[in-house]
Amino acid sequence: MRFDLSDDQEFFRETARRFIEAEVPISVVREWHDHPDGYPQSWWQAAAELGWTSLMVPESLGGGSISGRPIVDLTIVADEMGRGVTPGPFMPTNVVADTLGRSGSPDQQALLEGVVAGEVVLGWAFCEPGGDWTADSVTAAAVPSNGGHALTGTKVGVEAGAQAHHLLVTARTQDGLAQFLVPADAPGLTITPQESLDLGRRFAEVRLVGVPVDPEAMVGTPGTATEADVERQRQVMVVLQCADNAGSAAKVLEFTVQYAFDRYSFGRPLASYQALKHRFADMKLWSEASQAAVDGAADALADGEDEVRMMSVAKSYVGDHSVELMHDCVQMHGGIGVTYEHDLHLYLRRATVNRGLFGTPGDHRVCLSKMMGY
Amino acid sequence: MDDFVYADTDPAELARYREEVQAWMNENMPRRDPVNPWHPTQDDDERSSRNRELQRRLYDGGYAAVCYPREYGGQSLTAAHQKIIDDVSMDFDMPILFSVPTLSICGPVVLEFGTEEQKQRYIPAWIRGDELWVQFISEPSGGSDMAGALTRADRDGEEFIINGSKIWSTFAQRSDYALMLARTNWEVPKHRGLTMFIVPIHHPGIEIHPIQMVDRSEEFCQEFFNDVVIPAENVVGEVDDGWTVASRLLFHERAAVGNASPYTQGRHRNRTADGVEDLAAIARDHGGADIGRHRQRLGYMETLSRVEELLSARVVRGIEGGFLPAPAGSLVRLFHGLSRTERQTVAMEVQGDRALVWNEGEDTGAFGTEYVQRQQACIGGGTTEMARNIISERILGMPREPAADRDLPFNQVPRSG
Repeated sequence: MRFDLSDDQEFFRETARRFIEAEVPISVVREWHDHPDGYPQSWWQAAAELGWTSLMVPESLGGGSISGRPIVDLTIVADEMGRGVTPGPFMPTNVVADTLGRSGSPDQQALLEGVVAGEVVLGWAFCEPGGDWTADSVTAAAVPSNGGHALTGTKVGVEAGAQAHHLLVTARTQDGLAQFLVPADAPGLTITPQESLDLGRRFAEVRLVGVPVDPEAMVGTPGTATEADVERQRQVMVVLQCADNAGSAAKVLEFTVQYAFDRYSFGRPLASYQALKHRFADMKLWSEASQAAVDGAADALADGEDEVRMMSVAKSYVGDHSVELMHDCVQMHGGIGVTYEHDLHLYLRRATVNRGLFGTPGDHRVCLSKMMGY
Repeated sequence: MDDFVYADTDPAELARYREEVQAWMNENMPRRDPVNPWHPTQDDDERSSRNRELQRRLYDGGYAAVCYPREYGGQSLTAAHQKIIDDVSMDFDMPILFSVPTLSICGPVVLEFGTEEQKQRYIPAWIRGDELWVQFISEPSGGSDMAGALTRADRDGEEFIINGSKIWSTFAQRSDYALMLARTNWEVPKHRGLTMFIVPIHHPGIEIHPIQMVDRSEEFCQEFFNDVVIPAENVVGEVDDGWTVASRLLFHERAAVGNASPYTQGRHRNRTADGVEDLAAIARDHGGADIGRHRQRLGYMETLSRVEELLSARVVRGIEGGFLPAPAGSLVRLFHGLSRTERQTVAMEVQGDRALVWNEGEDTGAFGTEYVQRQQACIGGGTTEMARNIISERILGMPREPAADRDLPFNQVPRSG
């Protein structure tokens, strides 16, 4: 949690937390593991009413942020959702809505009304099998056809792919990288749910075989403009992942500290053993430093200052330390920590997925060293 | 005074101030040699004269210790102003010996607990560059257990007679005064029988022995006191209440080490540990066929540098806003120790063989030597183990370590030797 929230932001945060605690406590999170979509549509609309899908949408299109720095406000929600291991298509919907608000045509922007209402879910069809998370790895092709394009390629790990009403598909054209907004029921499009380590959020494979799209489906301008859009999508996504993991790590540390007070061995609480206290001190350090890294990256993105570097700094730090913290908390719990019944693995699963998608900490370290000219 | 005040300052005023400082430094301070920079500890005369001279220059320009009150020789400016001076001064030689402990640790303690006479007498003398201070706090019998001090100060009318030994003071032989913690009462538990004194260093009965460190530097000293006579007016705070003073001294030490003090002045630039960009350049120049081998670790060093800055800012803000308790400074101290040792390790590896075996006249061996003594960053200024105790007990609220000496009159406490 940030230490510099305004009263409005604090109210927004508190509302999000209460909503999650009331509507999606862990028992409900577990129930929804068996829900085909991972969440009921009515719940997502209720979340949207709290502003979870409107922050990145310009006011002129029915959205609006709390503070005038939408990405910062968005990390407040991501942090709370991480604390609650809360499912829902939060990340992809906001990432794509942000792009539509910035680069979409008026027709595409008209969709945002439904997004703000929680009626329309958006998917980000970007990553490809065997590829990595860079724009260079995109091989899906958009071939000119009937005045528009025909899209062919395969996308994997598309969050909320099977729940989305529209997918933002990245493909190569003769004019360079391009993005297309494709309705989920387009002919030639096959969406197959994938299995995931994360039991809460849903992922899908999206197969495109000559999917016909008309010229109006293109979002923005191919080439460098689209590359900039893609880079922005990646930055927003990574910052949200990191905020989610920092929130999860803070929550896991809280209940594990409590466990250390409650659990007695050899006649005294675990919290009284110096060997364990020192490990808790390290974990507190990782948790606070993770929060600091997230805040730094969100600020950099909001201010448009050194945002590429600070995104990678955040992923490099938070990716590893949040997950290691959780493993150590499992260790603190002992046997119960590796059971299905205990909630720890729900956090660890989700954090591990966030850690790996869109660049591992190691990948981002390589990026940083390249930024230093190495 | 639980925390520092970081008043918000008008950005336009700060921008103007930055220009002013830059223009003044261009005219008045010696530029740092980018290849072979002067290190403030390299003053090898007996008084650290160059540090004193540079401090005087800052004072004459009105840029010395600007967060100190005007009435004692400062400028009553904000931490933001001091930070601007620190940023701009990275390109210039700075009198960093004055920064820690004189201005950032001893200084705020005298400001807080000193009598008006003490403040008038001593504070302007630091800011002008006339007098350097050190701390006589740690003892050979134990560093972390500061309240277990064995050095004794026995009252004799209006004087105290000091006997014992202190250790780990920085360049005591080149300095003028010390803040010293000594035991004035042995009949009460350890925290209740201590007193803080101002001690003139070059004084009958005080012997100073430099300690040679792993890199053969002789920055630190041990002092021996043999019937040293100190007037009672040199007591800081109350007699037998030295622990209150010492606790604040520790607070300021953590702040100074954690880069969260408005009273530090100028920053060291340590080639082997701070220069991530420099290391990238070294790796690039010498990487040859192995280019790429160090990328992940260099990227991680960059990560740690940035996160350390962000964490410092978060902790300051957190303490200010009441989100974190004051001891949260220990988070920054712990991060610093861990990141510094990691960076020394990476620096040594990037240098490769040349850090291990080198030709006469080359200086790459410094990377190897600093690696060998890298744990210094986890020991000096309070060990990382103490930081972990503080974090777990005073931030997370876990039970305190059992203390065999608690509530026991100090003369009944078992001790080594």
